[in-house]
Amino acid sequence: MSNIPTNRQYTRNHEWLRRLADGAVEVGITDHAQHALGDLVFVELPAVGRSVNAGEACAVVESVKAASDVYSPVAGTVTAVNADLASRPELLNEDPYEAGWLMRLESGAAAAGALLDAAAYAQLLADQAD
Amino acid sequence: MSFVPHTPEDVARMLELIGVRSIEELFDEIPSELKLKELAGVPAALSEMEVGRLLTERASGDGRALNFIGAGAYEHHIPAPVWAIANRGEFYTSYTPYQAEASQGTLQVIYEYQSMMCELTGMEVSNASLYDGASALAEACLMAVRANRRSTSRRILLPRTVNPTYCRVARAIGGGQEIVFQPVDFNRASGRTPLASVSSFDAENCAALVLQQPNFFGRFEDVDDLTQWAHERGILVIAVVNPVSLALMKPPSQWGDVRDGKRGADIVCGEGQPLGIPLSCGGPYFGFMTTRMQYVRQMPGRIVGRTMDTEGRPGFTLTLQAREQHIRRSRATSNICTNQGLMVTAATIYMALLGARGLERVAAASMQRTRDLLAALTRIGGVSSAFGAQAFHESVLLLDRPVAPVLAALAEQGILGGLDLAEWYPELGHALLVCATETKLDIDIQRYAAALAGVMAGAASACRAT
Repeated sequence: MSNIPTNRQYTRNHEWLRRLADGAVEVGITDHAQHALGDLVFVELPAVGRSVNAGEACAVVESVKAASDVYSPVAGTVTAVNADLASRPELLNEDPYEAGWLMRLESGAAAAGALLDAAAYAQLLADQAD
Repeated sequence: MSFVPHTPEDVARMLELIGVRSIEELFDEIPSELKLKELAGVPAALSEMEVGRLLTERASGDGRALNFIGAGAYEHHIPAPVWAIANRGEFYTSYTPYQAEASQGTLQVIYEYQSMMCELTGMEVSNASLYDGASALAEACLMAVRANRRSTSRRILLPRTVNPTYCRVARAIGGGQEIVFQPVDFNRASGRTPLASVSSFDAENCAALVLQQPNFFGRFEDVDDLTQWAHERGILVIAVVNPVSLALMKPPSQWGDVRDGKRGADIVCGEGQPLGIPLSCGGPYFGFMTTRMQYVRQMPGRIVGRTMDTEGRPGFTLTLQAREQHIRRSRATSNICTNQGLMVTAATIYMALLGARGLERVAAASMQRTRDLLAALTRIGGVSSAFGAQAFHESVLLLDRPVAPVLAALAEQGILGGLDLAEWYPELGHALLVCATETKLDIDIQRYAAALAGVMAGAASACRAT
């Protein structure tokens, strides 16, 4: 069973996001996503300062046999990316919700309505497993 | 094993099983008026003996023209062992290896090729080759737009001194992917791209600058200043180079001011044909591409890496495949999923046989032969040098009359006198691009000079007579 913390929101593309104390939105990929991709070997992150639209592909996670785009769950401006991932992409496998975060966005927009809470995301995974 | 996969009995059984009377019935959906009944102009089948005889007769009609055309494809001496080895059964496939890791020998050849291209261009990583020099430039432009993280611009500065056929291919491929090519003019007196002609562009809105060295006219661009200019503005530099010239010239990795961290070209590409591939009516050739490790994930094409197997033995493998179509699908770096395997094999053998010294001698001899040719031809009345003598193995001549009839008259004497530039550069007037490699001896140059002198004098007297 995938780890799905309740203090985050989720997308149907298996990204998570949470709002930090300073108002920034932190984005990563879920435990389910890292497990499905397998051992990650490379992460391509957006340039700091880039503005992204909700649903725009802005990062790439690459495993030995697959590569997948990561879509920004909200519109905003990239304020920080996780530089540790350049040398340690395995952080995404080991700790996808904390040390493996991908990027932080400054986003005025309230999270779009299409986001899922933990229960709805768990249901999505259960439905997909059927 | 039979080379005929289905006997008539097999076909009949299959048709019966699916309940269809004939193969033609499978195509019933196509209206009959759209079907081609027979191919016009294609004669009935001939036997092997008849075909052999016909082709031998046709081939003898070609003669052995003395060739002074370069313009992107160059006649070099190819030592006999190159193709004797490349034609061995173990190597004789034009394709990239499928079941790649089962083809360790092929992968090792490609790995050696990549290592040689990295050494020649001074770069850190090479792919397994592309189709040809023109498509390599198109791919390099697409790659540069992806790789330039500073800019979201899709505009490429493309000097007019870059091979015009490459520009045409780059536009055809890149134009469909919203790449915008901005032509950059050259100096009429020098045949080079002056800094002033790039510095007038809005650098904020440029992803990359293409520099061909030596350029299409055989002239040397001021690659240091141009690279410096680009890098100071966050513009990537795509080098288009002749691999033979690199035996003498500094590699693109050294362009610009490399001292203060401003490094040379970012992507290097070009035509591999001069490395042991015969002219063969324009192909097959191969394109090469090398880059810095930081851009490797944006590079198109296959890449072979060296690794260890589970027992610790060295081996070769296709690597970084997540860039490619079979994994990334529509978001792959390119639709290229193959390479020019046989051409690369020949080029690798050619480079290995010649070595660094041999390649230097080829380059130096070609350069000297072109100087000799230029000296001999510009002594003829009505013939002058367009841009001066400093050039690699090709140069532009100006004639006092249209080039096409002169070339036609030379061709009647078995001499291919060069490329008429009227189609590509009408503003240059009656311009003729000539090339001489190490294959041209003194007697060949004398023969060309005598023939050209005769044609020029004959045409002049004919003009006076009318």
